[in-house]
Amino acid sequence: MSTLLAATTYDVAAVRADFPVLGREIGGKPLVYLDNASSAHKPRQVLDAERAFVEQHYSNVHRGVHTLSQEATDAYEASRERVARFLHAPDAHEVVFTKNATEAYNLVAYSFGNAAAGSRFALGPGDEVCVTEMEHHSNLVPWQMLCERTGATLRWIPLTDDGRLDLADLESLVNERTKLLAFVHVSNILGTENPVDVLVARARQVGALTLLDGAQSAPHQPVDVTALGVDFFVLTGHKMLAPSGVGVLWGRRELLDAMPPFMGGGSMIEVVRMTGSTYAPAPERFEAGTPVISQAVALAAACDYLDGVGLDRIAAHEHALTGRLLDGVRDLPGVSVIGPDTLEKRGAAVSFAIDGVHPHDVGQSLDELGIAVRVGHHCAAPVCRRYGVPATTRASSYLYNTEAEIDVLLEGIVTVQRFWGR
Amino acid sequence: MYQEIILDHYKNPHHKGLREPYDVEVHHVNPTCGDEVTLRVKVVDGVVEDVSYDGQGCSISQASTSVMTDLVIGKAVDEAMSTGEAFLELMQSRGQLEPDEDVLEDGIAFAGVSRYPARVKCALLGWMAWKDATAQAVATTGEGSA
Repeated sequence: MSTLLAATTYDVAAVRADFPVLGREIGGKPLVYLDNASSAHKPRQVLDAERAFVEQHYSNVHRGVHTLSQEATDAYEASRERVARFLHAPDAHEVVFTKNATEAYNLVAYSFGNAAAGSRFALGPGDEVCVTEMEHHSNLVPWQMLCERTGATLRWIPLTDDGRLDLADLESLVNERTKLLAFVHVSNILGTENPVDVLVARARQVGALTLLDGAQSAPHQPVDVTALGVDFFVLTGHKMLAPSGVGVLWGRRELLDAMPPFMGGGSMIEVVRMTGSTYAPAPERFEAGTPVISQAVALAAACDYLDGVGLDRIAAHEHALTGRLLDGVRDLPGVSVIGPDTLEKRGAAVSFAIDGVHPHDVGQSLDELGIAVRVGHHCAAPVCRRYGVPATTRASSYLYNTEAEIDVLLEGIVTVQRFWGR
Repeated sequence: MYQEIILDHYKNPHHKGLREPYDVEVHHVNPTCGDEVTLRVKVVDGVVEDVSYDGQGCSISQASTSVMTDLVIGKAVDEAMSTGEAFLELMQSRGQLEPDEDVLEDGIAFAGVSRYPARVKCALLGWMAWKDATAQAVATTGEGSA
């Protein structure tokens, strides 16, 4: 039913026509690109926008009085406003451009680490940071490092056998000592969509700040940071049709304005003397040095593209594809899904294991059929350990994938089984 | 890439399983894919007396480790090390090198793997573990030919 609905209201051929790379062949076979959770391709509109900016309006930003400098600054700041609208954020000053999602988590972690003792951001022995067992390394290792530096304790919400958060002990894991609850919105390896409302409600009860990793949600579904109720939200451009090199930290303005800087340098200052400096307000406080200018402009174009197609329609389209893949895998003996095997509260990343075939060999064999998937631990090694696998094969669809491509993958899995089972 | 020789070693690995006695045990991992090998080396009078291992990984890493044990067990450490160098050179050749079967025996089957840079580290996992363990064994026991 949902498949039919998506098919009648969603023109995937028109979308595909905007992505030149989708016309490629790999080893004589049409490319079937199902590695979108790792990185997505870019439509002509995004490439054209970046090129037009660099060719006609480029200069450094916030530094000059000449015309190009002003045009570039205007374009850069307009991009900030565009991203704020994309996230339904009330204030563009709440959008900090970073180089990627990883830098955004580290920005918050180092800022907290720089906070003066007694500040609401400062951590020390007795304080706790809570994450989940399904975090990407980028939203795990910075908190491990912060806890090591400050003597705070890292705790984590464990997983159930079917790939969901086990919230049985939530009240003890997120408690009066918890300063920050950092968790992933949609898991890059399991596909699980987490119950933000439940976690935010508990964090608020105990006065903990919340940081939501939206790297796998912002590209695929409408995001309203105000409605989500979190304090920080992170996304990365390259997974949502923009170039690599640009990410975003959104944070409530009151918090960003009170947080100490992460990196020092140009642009982030107010008054600099040899004896010391004061700092600019957010977001400039967190954008030391020449920022990611043309990439930010391209990210704004990607927001235009995604909103133009409609994120609710993209989500419905992907949901249908994910359902087709889950149904198909369920019918294949010797193949099991690692993560939720139903469509309920689920993103488009589907990890699976083929009995007796190592994921690297699966990935290599699928590549020979023109199919691009990701193999490995997906920067979420604790998840692999939790489910007792060294690695997984992951297929992740996006707005330009088709039902026919899902069928090519399912046939490819059978081919792989035949080759490795002989 | 998947030559019959590689598939044969993958399905029926040689010298697999951890054995006593040994001088040194090492554990090597491939951090990008999670492949791992635990490997033991016994060196006697400058000769690689035994190499035993256990691990998990893709066909390339498992088959390559199996081939490696065939190539180094019973050889003088120096000679085994130069065989390792020859295999390393082959893997770094991007498919541009004609391997010497007299030196690398079944190892020549991995020539095709060298065209896939992402898989070269798989083929080298067992070799690197062996080299590490053997160098330690020579250093700590005073064994070795030199």
